[in-house]
Amino acid sequence: MAPLVTFCLRMGDTALILGQQTAAWCGHAPVLEEDIAFANMGLDLIGQTQLWYGLATEAEGAGRTPDDLAFLRSERQFLNAQLAERPNVDFAHALMRQYLFDAWHLPMQEALCHSSHDGIRGLAQKTVKEVRYHIDRSRELIVRLGDGSDESHARMQGALDALWPYAADLLVTDAVEAELAQQGVVPGLDRVRTAFDAETAATMARATLAIPDTGQARTGGRTGIHTEAMGYILAEMQSVPRAFPDARW
Amino acid sequence: MRPDLDTVRDWLGEVPDPEIPAISVVDLGIVRDLAWQDDTLVVTVTPTYAGCPATLVIALDIETALHCRGLAKVAVRQQMSPPWSTDWISDAGRRKLRDYGIAPPQLNAANCAGMLSAQTAACPQCGSENTEMLAGRGSTPCKAQFRCRDCREPFDYFKAI
Repeated sequence: MAPLVTFCLRMGDTALILGQQTAAWCGHAPVLEEDIAFANMGLDLIGQTQLWYGLATEAEGAGRTPDDLAFLRSERQFLNAQLAERPNVDFAHALMRQYLFDAWHLPMQEALCHSSHDGIRGLAQKTVKEVRYHIDRSRELIVRLGDGSDESHARMQGALDALWPYAADLLVTDAVEAELAQQGVVPGLDRVRTAFDAETAATMARATLAIPDTGQARTGGRTGIHTEAMGYILAEMQSVPRAFPDARW
Repeated sequence: MRPDLDTVRDWLGEVPDPEIPAISVVDLGIVRDLAWQDDTLVVTVTPTYAGCPATLVIALDIETALHCRGLAKVAVRQQMSPPWSTDWISDAGRRKLRDYGIAPPQLNAANCAGMLSAQTAACPQCGSENTEMLAGRGSTPCKAQFRCRDCREPFDYFKAI
């Protein structure tokens, strides 16, 4: 697969799987405002997925559509970061997953605003404005609940301990990104990690949460290696198009 | 029939946004370009939010409205760059939003986009600036919920982006 297609799939798949997980909060969040917020967040992410899949299918030129990519690929063909597929568990987990994603997503989109690739630059300049609103919400909630009651603090710390190793999967780079970086398609990757580290350190300090120092890193999602949670997500997400192939409205 | 483009623009000024029918797609600033390509009218529109479910409906509504005006061949194209900003909502659009009960977005969006704490809204009911934000997200991703401390009415605020 061409590096450009791989990269677009890594971005699009991460947005789609997180969007799917996030949308599952519709009707279940602890308060109405957060219910709406998660649903809106999921909508933004799935919209962004369509843009990434549009670029991927265009670059691929094989006649596949964005829907084909979402619904007709199997687990090992999905290149999302493992963080996105981690289960909803409770509000603390969902929020921490969202925040860690946002802390990477914002600097990534800011970097891509300077891409040499017209399509990626246009996409990033559009979506970066939405992503700023995403982190504005998740950051404030992390602080409020981390530095909140004993119960909320314990839950947020538990979520951070569980999810921190998976954040590493957002930040790993390989030959694909290296080649695209050289062409200026994916610029400034070193700054993405620096920005992620600074953002999370400052926010966790405000939230009185401790970043775990285990040195564990769960990676592999971006090459198609997933956790046990992934198959269940696809089974649900793809069930209708799989049962009724080529169905149209 | 090839009516001039100003006439077409006036027609599109009557096509309501499906989510906020008080304002038209022209007021919203999403009609980027009108052009004739032979006997086809090409309407270039820009999406508001990447995931806005109204995008497809808007394209369909534009086509339908122009077909009703007698234009046989209409093509609606999407253009993403440069990205849409709430600064592109026309003055008439901002007035219509307010009349409809939605506080229009703060201008110079680039200075405050993404930071709700940096945005304020005057109450669309009584005009008071003594208002407070209740929630950062509302019935659609583009809105936040506010309350007026004077007349006590809750209202939607169209976020700057």
